[in-house]
Amino acid sequence: MSRETVFDRYKDPSAARYLLDRVKELAEDLKNGGDPIKVMEVCGTHTVQLSKTGIRSALEGAVRFVSGPGCPVCVTDQRTIDDMISLARLPGVIVCTFGDMMKVPGTYTSLYEERARGADVRIIYSPMDALQIAREVPQRPVVFLGVGFETTAPAVALALKSALQHKIRNFYLFPAHKLVPPAMRALLEDSDVEVSAYILPGHVSTILGKRAFDFVSSDYGYPSAIAGFEPVDILLALFSILNVMRAGAAPKPGVINCYPRAVTDDGNVRAKALMSECFKPVDALWRGLGLIPESGLGLKGEYSRFDAREYFDFPRFSGDHCDGRTGAPPLSAGCMCGYILKGKITPVECPLFSTACTPETPVGPCMVSGEGACAAYYYDR
Amino acid sequence: MSVDINDRITLAHGDGGLKSRELVSDLFLKYFTGEPLRALTDSAILAQAEATIAFTTDAFVISPLFFPGGDIGKLSVTGTVNDLAVMGATPRYISASFILEEGFPVSDLKRIVASMAKTAGEAGVEVVTGDTKVVRKGEADGIFIVTSGLGFFRKGRTPLMPSLIRPGDLVLINGYVGDHGVAVLSSREGITLTTPVSSDCMPLSDLIESVLETCPSGSVRCMRDPTRGGLATVVNELAEASNLEIVLDEQSIPIREEVRAACDIFGLDPLYLANEGKVVAVVDSKWAEAAVGAMRSIPGGEEARIIGEVRECTGCGGPGSERCGRTDERSEKGRTDLNRNETALAPARPGKGRALLRLAIGGTRILRTLSGSELPRIC
Ligand code: SF4
Repeated sequence: MSRETVFDRYKDPSAARYLLDRVKELAEDLKNGGDPIKVMEVCGTHTVQLSKTGIRSALEGAVRFVSGPGCPVCVTDQRTIDDMISLARLPGVIVCTFGDMMKVPGTYTSLYEERARGADVRIIYSPMDALQIAREVPQRPVVFLGVGFETTAPAVALALKSALQHKIRNFYLFPAHKLVPPAMRALLEDSDVEVSAYILPGHVSTILGKRAFDFVSSDYGYPSAIAGFEPVDILLALFSILNVMRAGAAPKPGVINCYPRAVTDDGNVRAKALMSECFKPVDALWRGLGLIPESGLGLKGEYSRFDAREYFDFPRFSGDHCDGRTGAPPLSAGCMCGYILKGKITPVECPLFSTACTPETPVGPCMVSGEGACAAYYYDR
Repeated sequence: MSVDINDRITLAHGDGGLKSRELVSDLFLKYFTGEPLRALTDSAILAQAEATIAFTTDAFVISPLFFPGGDIGKLSVTGTVNDLAVMGATPRYISASFILEEGFPVSDLKRIVASMAKTAGEAGVEVVTGDTKVVRKGEADGIFIVTSGLGFFRKGRTPLMPSLIRPGDLVLINGYVGDHGVAVLSSREGITLTTPVSSDCMPLSDLIESVLETCPSGSVRCMRDPTRGGLATVVNELAEASNLEIVLDEQSIPIREEVRAACDIFGLDPLYLANEGKVVAVVDSKWAEAAVGAMRSIPGGEEARIIGEVRECTGCGGPGSERCGRTDERSEKGRTDLNRNETALAPARPGKGRALLRLAIGGTRILRTLSGSELPRIC
């Protein structure tokens, strides 16, 4: 019991209700009859929690939440998905992925459909599972689809290290990991993005540490707070940033760490070391955001041998990890994911939302992924 | 010669010859001891006074075959028994067909059959007929089991149907949700939880009998076992079938802390996880407390409670509005008619209806059905 009570405090409905009222008051006060305060929640898990807990609808009219590029599946460029599908079609190859990639539509098909047609695509829960499969079937190549942020990258690095150490030669990584801070910078530079404050991702900050996000306040002057995932966590973060906004011209306190029980200033040093041992920053294509310099993870040094893009010969859509194309990628017809990832519109404003595009018949990845903004809003309606 | 426990299943165990007969006599008949089965006739002959019959069938494929709190054998009996019981019928007979993969260990088969026999005993049903086939290696995953079940309605009892649900009724559950889903998932993925979770897999015949005995005929409207798709899916089905709005209270739904924690890790929602020993009952509000008491008096019902209520659906602008999908008129006369068997058996008309969740921080949100199976991410 003792261990749980700490966390129960953050789930406590009476504390949440109290904070909710304070946040509402503060926001109403700040907007002063004008438009709702625009706050971006960068992390997909926050998007989902805002729906699930009812915070988004409870604050309707006072705070307008816009979802950022914080769902790993949703920011994966469509051409990258096409490449993964094309790889899965190669005879003999076993492709391992987290479940949420399965139904993401590529240009013509999805991994799910390819599996029904005979491709060997397996859902796993950890990169180590993929390594285990590679051990069990040494005669077949096993490729792990590396889609994720700084949160999953350390576990992938661990699997790579182990593969190197145990000389597992049939294990490969399709490197498509992305980094959150460079994408944040791109958003902050983008004059299209009109947001007053930011709720920063709790899980990513656990790895990177608070300092990695300080630039949001110090370089760009936006009120921002790192939040955990229980209702009280999220409301506390909101309360703090609204307070900063109310203080107006007073000196800004920098990024506020509202998740200190998990996030330290420097983050998880061991995980960061693991990442930099195996990976190096490379330019990467983001769905809807285009090319962002040094925002992806490529394999480094002796780990390059695990690069599935190098090893396999399959019909390409995206060329190399990045071929320098910066134009808007050809998204599925009509999908407005790009605008959603920049916070320009909310999913309900997409004409396809809940008509042509539903979780059963997804047009874009944001409708498939459990952390996708469109799926969260769909279940929210 | 007899079946060797250290042996493995071969194609000969399914070809109808000597080895097949040995498997039947030395293994199956050792555990399944009902008279109609021992006769080994082509059909079981069941003497039964004429009564309304409930008949159901289900196929069981699960990995892993053995999980904390149960195994495929127990599941194959409880699944079918519970499908009969939730209709208001008393489960009586079941059939069991086995599809075995060549090379399957006889010792595992024995464990599974023993577990089926034990569960059948607890549920008060007899295994009266069955079949075994063996397929080549790679053509099945160890063992598949198909069971069918027959149940009978006691005198004065009629089938429980969603069409009987009325605004004002209360929604009950007999205990914690999500245990089975977490138990199977964590043992399949080889993830050790700090506090291990066992499947809730159990036959519900006694528990349901206790409720039906306590509450007067007609006061228990409908029951469902929230297996695949979990509580959220079942409540949606009930709302849709009755064209009514069902509001669950987030804080009243019993979920173990360890199940919540595991769900956080797997990125799942306990409301969508499978249960194998749970029943959702919709009961006339006057009898809801009594029904909870009846559940609590039976093992597996200790944590029974009221988790929600039924009301007129307002999602589309209210009954009678243009967008309302409801087509049946619920007159007072209709109400009495519905208590009669034949009307109750009329299929529920698909309409709108919806399920809501009353949130801990206030307000409600729609409780949706999921598309396909949940595809979790760990991040
Ligand atoms: S609703 Fe569908 S089509 Fe529209 S932006 Fe979202 S995923 Fe894309």
